[in-house]
Amino acid sequence: MHTLKVSRSNAASRPALIVALLLVTVAASIPIWAPEEVRSAWMREFVEIACYLVFALMWNLLAGYGGMVSIGQQAYFGFGGYVMLMLSNFLGVNPFLSVLLAALCTAAMSIPVSFVAFRLQGGYFAVGTWVIAEVFRLSFANLAFVGGGSGTSLTAFAGISKATREQTTFWLALACMVFSIALVYIFLRSKRGLALMAIRDNEVAAESQGIAVQKTKLAVYVVASLGAGLAGGLYYLSNLRITPDAAFSVNWTAFAIFMVVIGGIGRIEGPIVGALIFWILNKFFSDYGSWYLIGLGSLAIVITIYFKQGLWGYAQQQWGWSLFPTQRRLKESTKGKS
Amino acid sequence: MDMLLQTVLQGALLGGLYCLFALGLSLMYGVMRLTNTAQGDFILLGSFTAIAVIAGLKILAPENMWLPLLLSPLLLIVAFGFGYVLQRQVLNKVLGKDPLPSLVVTFGLSIVIQNLLLEVFSADPRSIESAGLNTASLQIPGGITLGVLPVLILFLAITTTFGLQWMFNHTALGRGFRAVSDDLEIAQLMGLNAKRLYAYATGIAFMLITMAGVLQGMRTTVSPSDGPMLLLFAFEAVIIGGMGSFWGTLAGALLLGMTQQIGFRFDPGWGIWFGHIVFLLLLLVRPQGLFPKTVG
Amino acid sequence: MTALLQTHALTAFYGDAQALFGIDFEVHQGEMVAIIGANGAGKSTFMKALTGLVSTQRQQISWKGQAIGGLAPSDIVKRGIALVPEGRRLFPSLNVEENLLMGASAGRKGEWNLQRVFELFPILKEKRLQPSTSLSGGQQQMVAIGRALMSNPAVLLCDELSLGLAPIVIKEIYAAMPLICAQGMTAVIVEQDVSKAKEVSSRLYCFQEGQVSLHGTSSSLTQEQISKAYFGMPDAHAAVGGDA
Repeated sequence: MHTLKVSRSNAASRPALIVALLLVTVAASIPIWAPEEVRSAWMREFVEIACYLVFALMWNLLAGYGGMVSIGQQAYFGFGGYVMLMLSNFLGVNPFLSVLLAALCTAAMSIPVSFVAFRLQGGYFAVGTWVIAEVFRLSFANLAFVGGGSGTSLTAFAGISKATREQTTFWLALACMVFSIALVYIFLRSKRGLALMAIRDNEVAAESQGIAVQKTKLAVYVVASLGAGLAGGLYYLSNLRITPDAAFSVNWTAFAIFMVVIGGIGRIEGPIVGALIFWILNKFFSDYGSWYLIGLGSLAIVITIYFKQGLWGYAQQQWGWSLFPTQRRLKESTKGKS
Repeated sequence: MDMLLQTVLQGALLGGLYCLFALGLSLMYGVMRLTNTAQGDFILLGSFTAIAVIAGLKILAPENMWLPLLLSPLLLIVAFGFGYVLQRQVLNKVLGKDPLPSLVVTFGLSIVIQNLLLEVFSADPRSIESAGLNTASLQIPGGITLGVLPVLILFLAITTTFGLQWMFNHTALGRGFRAVSDDLEIAQLMGLNAKRLYAYATGIAFMLITMAGVLQGMRTTVSPSDGPMLLLFAFEAVIIGGMGSFWGTLAGALLLGMTQQIGFRFDPGWGIWFGHIVFLLLLLVRPQGLFPKTVG
Repeated sequence: MTALLQTHALTAFYGDAQALFGIDFEVHQGEMVAIIGANGAGKSTFMKALTGLVSTQRQQISWKGQAIGGLAPSDIVKRGIALVPEGRRLFPSLNVEENLLMGASAGRKGEWNLQRVFELFPILKEKRLQPSTSLSGGQQQMVAIGRALMSNPAVLLCDELSLGLAPIVIKEIYAAMPLICAQGMTAVIVEQDVSKAKEVSSRLYCFQEGQVSLHGTSSSLTQEQISKAYFGMPDAHAAVGGDA
């Protein structure tokens, strides 16, 4: 007689894990083998794409899995950036450590903010978070000690060589990226994650099963803001110059939405695929300025209407691919009593 | 004291304009639970369309000053058609329990419109010439001066709100709107064509949007990147007033205008910030708004 | 005599869960047919399938010989099938009169209009401008029936008219049925109260776990047969009383 067991991996996931580990090792060693002329540029680009990816991954966690669509995550991105800068410039904290501390501060900040934000639901929640982001922007734009509307620069790197700074930033970015992907993946595979997906599918039914809906939603919101703050701190660690209009720009969320929608919402691979596509598009078309943005916006509209699952979702549906399987499948086990 | 009264009155006049920004948003959400994140950008589309049309008319018929005014009903009809088609061809496809698709699509539209306007008109602020109407003022007892155009806008806001509420309560169309909003399934069971009703609602919303855009362009300068700011003001007016009621939206808009004006008096840099903070505080203590309708 | 409304091996699903497993049903002009069954037997799902609220395959439902399965609700009501939904489901934002007027949205012509509904249920005329939610349960049920009548249907489907109502109110509601059917209206009623169902109908179907477990002329079915069919006893599946 066959017994049933719950299985999570599938045929594609194990070789994919090995490939991923290889890629990470290759990437980590870029400072060693990359040619002199492009080394600096490659590392900077990698850091930038890592920030976009972490931000998109967290937006996906919040919206795709948590069912909370926010147009205001840039509040935490900018907050993370500014706090990192303030810790480094004014308190003399090591800038790399500041990034991590800033992420924690951002997570703490999100708790009182959630009291206000959670008053709204659905579409109004989305716009409400945008209002909150604007409050963050206007507040920082009016603070003279961080340069007000013109922003300020990260000065804590004075005395450290450019090569050291760039390399350490690069490795930190790689670590943050791996950490974020792992964090989201482990979270979703856990009981909390299952609870989250149950809530996403039917909140009332989930509550009746004993799932603490409000607590779970808050947990997701805090984790997402932690990630956003991490991305922000990292970005401005690399960029060195921060302004309120750029740090709190809604474009961050716009790009995250684009990456997630193109890749496929509610899947971990989605933002990764989307970020790659976004980076490629950026490379070739960003010189076209407004027309590039018009193209991006139109593409997002078309995909939302006609390819609801995004590109990776389409692949999953057609061919059952899943690199980060979070579904639990009932498999017949050949071991067992007969 | 005079200063305070002047500030509050000017705030109320500003609120009149905010009400016009907000009515379309309120209508679309009320009827079909759609949050139009491109509201502000569509308002600007209205402003710039009017600017382009007037510029064109100036070339074709330079002596006729009244032609733009005579053509404005035509603009409203075009706006209705635009909204109708947009709803039927695009937005009807993304309505449903999940708010994400409609948010992504309207957000995408917002970006497309902003950048299209930027390409065609450049980032320079422009305005609609109103033959001196925007600088005319009148004196009222108490030594207070009010602009003629703002007073006109407030008057238009009040009559439009009244008209919308009347339409909702006393016409078959309004009855249909209320029915699909209450219970879509049963409304369809009665034979109502929800797709068409939604398109009418959006058509009307776009007439309101265009009116708001033209008046905004007359009152002050407009530039393609103003969209998000207008959306947030419209949104705050709707929430403060309470969902489900057009008079509530008007009240919310007036309150927002007054709050902003008071903030501006203290410090020009904090005016808008103050409006946002009051909005968030209200959300904290009375999330249902000031005048909510009890029906969900 | 050909049936007005018929179903052929009707199946219906909620997502992946099957609710109806092949229902054969028919009703003829002027008949009053009752459907009984325990909660979850599929009675309401059946009503929803007939009116297009739940999708089915085209050939599984026929109306006057035409296949109508899976059509949109607004198309079905135009053809003359009206539903008094389970739980009334009046429009909260509309008053009594407006709720009734909504029923006429399909545009069918016939004898039923506001005046006739008010003649049938005089209390509604008194309360015509009141919000529908302010009425008692029985009065709301009258509005729901009136709303369905306003579409001048050929077949009136009534889903659980007596749900949540006091016996005396139920009596009042059912007293109106003969008046409604006097002009040849056909009716299908889903009813929890078995004796009531037997009393008012000429034929009766019993549903059990998504299938028909019993059908026949109401007067000839015994209490024992009905109990067996209702609760799913092994030898319950039978057609009794000859084919109607």
